[in-house]
Amino acid sequence: MSGVVVKTSIRRRLVRQLALVAAILSLAFFLIVRVVAERAAEDTQDNILAASATAIADALYSDGGQIALELPYSAISMLGAISQDRVFYRVAVGGETVTGYGDLPGVARVGNRRDNIFSTFEYRGEDVRAVTLFRSVSAGNLPSDVMVTVAQTQLGLAAISSRITSIATAIAAGFFLAAIALSLFAAQSALAPLDRVTQSVARRGPNDLRPVSSDAPSELVPLVEALNNLIARLRMSLSRSEDFIAEAAHRVRTPLATVRAQAEITHRRLNKPEHRKAIREMIRAIDESSRSAGQLLDHAMVTFRADSLEHAPLDLVELLRETCERLAPTAELKDIAINTDLPDVPFDFIGDSVLLQGALRNILDNAIKYSPEDSEITVQASKNGDYVLSVRDQGRGFADTDIQSLTSRFSRGSNVSDIVGSGLGLTIADEVARSHGGRLEITENTEGPGACVSLVLPQS
Amino acid sequence: MRFLLVEDNARLASVIVDRLGLDGHAVDHASDLDTARTSIRAADYDLILLDIMLPDGDGRDFLAEHRKAKKRTPVIVLTARSEVSDRVGLLDLGADDYITKPFDFSELEARCRAVLRRQGGTAANQKTFAGAVLDSAAGTIQTDGEPDFLRNRELRLLEVFFGAPGQIFSKTHLMDRLFSFSDDVSENAIEVYVGRIRKKLTGSTVRIETVRGLGYRMIGKE
Repeated sequence: MSGVVVKTSIRRRLVRQLALVAAILSLAFFLIVRVVAERAAEDTQDNILAASATAIADALYSDGGQIALELPYSAISMLGAISQDRVFYRVAVGGETVTGYGDLPGVARVGNRRDNIFSTFEYRGEDVRAVTLFRSVSAGNLPSDVMVTVAQTQLGLAAISSRITSIATAIAAGFFLAAIALSLFAAQSALAPLDRVTQSVARRGPNDLRPVSSDAPSELVPLVEALNNLIARLRMSLSRSEDFIAEAAHRVRTPLATVRAQAEITHRRLNKPEHRKAIREMIRAIDESSRSAGQLLDHAMVTFRADSLEHAPLDLVELLRETCERLAPTAELKDIAINTDLPDVPFDFIGDSVLLQGALRNILDNAIKYSPEDSEITVQASKNGDYVLSVRDQGRGFADTDIQSLTSRFSRGSNVSDIVGSGLGLTIADEVARSHGGRLEITENTEGPGACVSLVLPQS
Repeated sequence: MRFLLVEDNARLASVIVDRLGLDGHAVDHASDLDTARTSIRAADYDLILLDIMLPDGDGRDFLAEHRKAKKRTPVIVLTARSEVSDRVGLLDLGADDYITKPFDFSELEARCRAVLRRQGGTAANQKTFAGAVLDSAAGTIQTDGEPDFLRNRELRLLEVFFGAPGQIFSKTHLMDRLFSFSDDVSENAIEVYVGRIRKKLTGSTVRIETVRGLGYRMIGKE
């Protein structure tokens, strides 16, 4: 795509944004799952710790004024239900350990609390979760405050946590991938109408200036309408340009024709050689300007049409034959014979017949112009991989002129200053050749004096 | 030959009428399509010269009507428009040829001649003088025995003489008839062509005589 700077792709942007949203959602999902699951696991441990501590507290009894404990097996075994973590406990009355691990830190009783107090700390080199509760137990007559602490290491919890993390990661990653796939699909289907419109514009030939009519979604309607307006304007401007060129030619040539006619009448009435010579020079100047104007307009037409080349099947041999017939009367005026050596089989070619005929006419016209009286021009058509349409004359050739420069605009041979010419003829032929993927070959005539100009076109 | 010229530019038209008159053609002039339509109903023409842009319409419409009516009269279109764009349309519409304005009258004559030749030779193309037959369509001169082919300028020079036997034509006049303005030739060139046709007439009773100081004329030998 020439001239279009590709800055962004809607598809890429759409996918990128959808992926970003999917990533954020996946991350949030991951974090939430982990937090909730870990909290649930912790709560479970806390509840069991609390149940265990309560069971121990409920098993306390007074034995002759002494607080005694028959440690219920279930109180410890229920902790084993979660994991194989080590369990520590301590029952203390007024700071004195009754049973259990004496160095297990308790908590200071605040006020008259009876609820469970949870804490996490390091004990014997490991993180433990502990619950402490206080009870008043009647020992003898006096109620005494009993503190029950149950602690458990957190290895099991860590294992659960890491399992939860990996599951959450897997789910989040799966969700992310699914979201990416969905967003690709969504971008594809959202952009499908745009692709359809693009296709219907891109598929058309260079001369197809019909409005775009493929069904478009409402968002694309303004774009399609703008495109259709542009096409309509282009179509109008193209037909105006072609009309303008034809009209310009008419405007330039009509007054020239009148002046020339007038000059010719005058020429016939005059007798003095110097007067007649002056008028002849005037007429030649008129012819020169008319010819230049014509070729400039031809050139404009060629340049213009080359952009919107018409592709129609045609026969190059027939085209060449027509051109020879058309120019035969002009050649006859100088007693120049046009010998044609054309094959009987057609040379099928796809191209713009108006332009190709223009090119051939300019080549042949050039040959006639630079040929001497009583000479011959040979027109040949042959195949050598390419189609070669050549015109060979017995004129003065190109002398020392740089042959390659002849196809550039307004460039003429170094030996033709005495002949009317604009220097556009071969330029036109060259441009037509190149717009059809061919080339113009200019060489000296190998069979005597003169030049050989060939239009070489690819065999399609 | 009778021609119809449809052209709205009066000056150009009068020059064309004069010039073709020199070749012995009778030219009727119509300055618009309406007059042209009346003219072709009233008379039979051998050739129509048709301008494209006319005050009351487009010459191409006239051409299309003409072909639709199955008229065989050849038409040469005089166009001032760009050749590239108009060429195809004109020939498709049935024009036999076209010429771009401004044109050299020699070229117009040449094109008229070519178109008429394609139409096929008729007795009108033959002129006889003192036993010699000049056939313009075939481009031959026949004195005794086989017809002799003539080059273009030889034919045109003979046509001038056969058009008015006995009349003296100045070198200047013959120059104007034979050469176009783009030909840079001296007046002596005419002597070359007179010499050539004298050679072709050898053995016949037709003679091209030099009239000193005045020019040439064609006479029959006693």
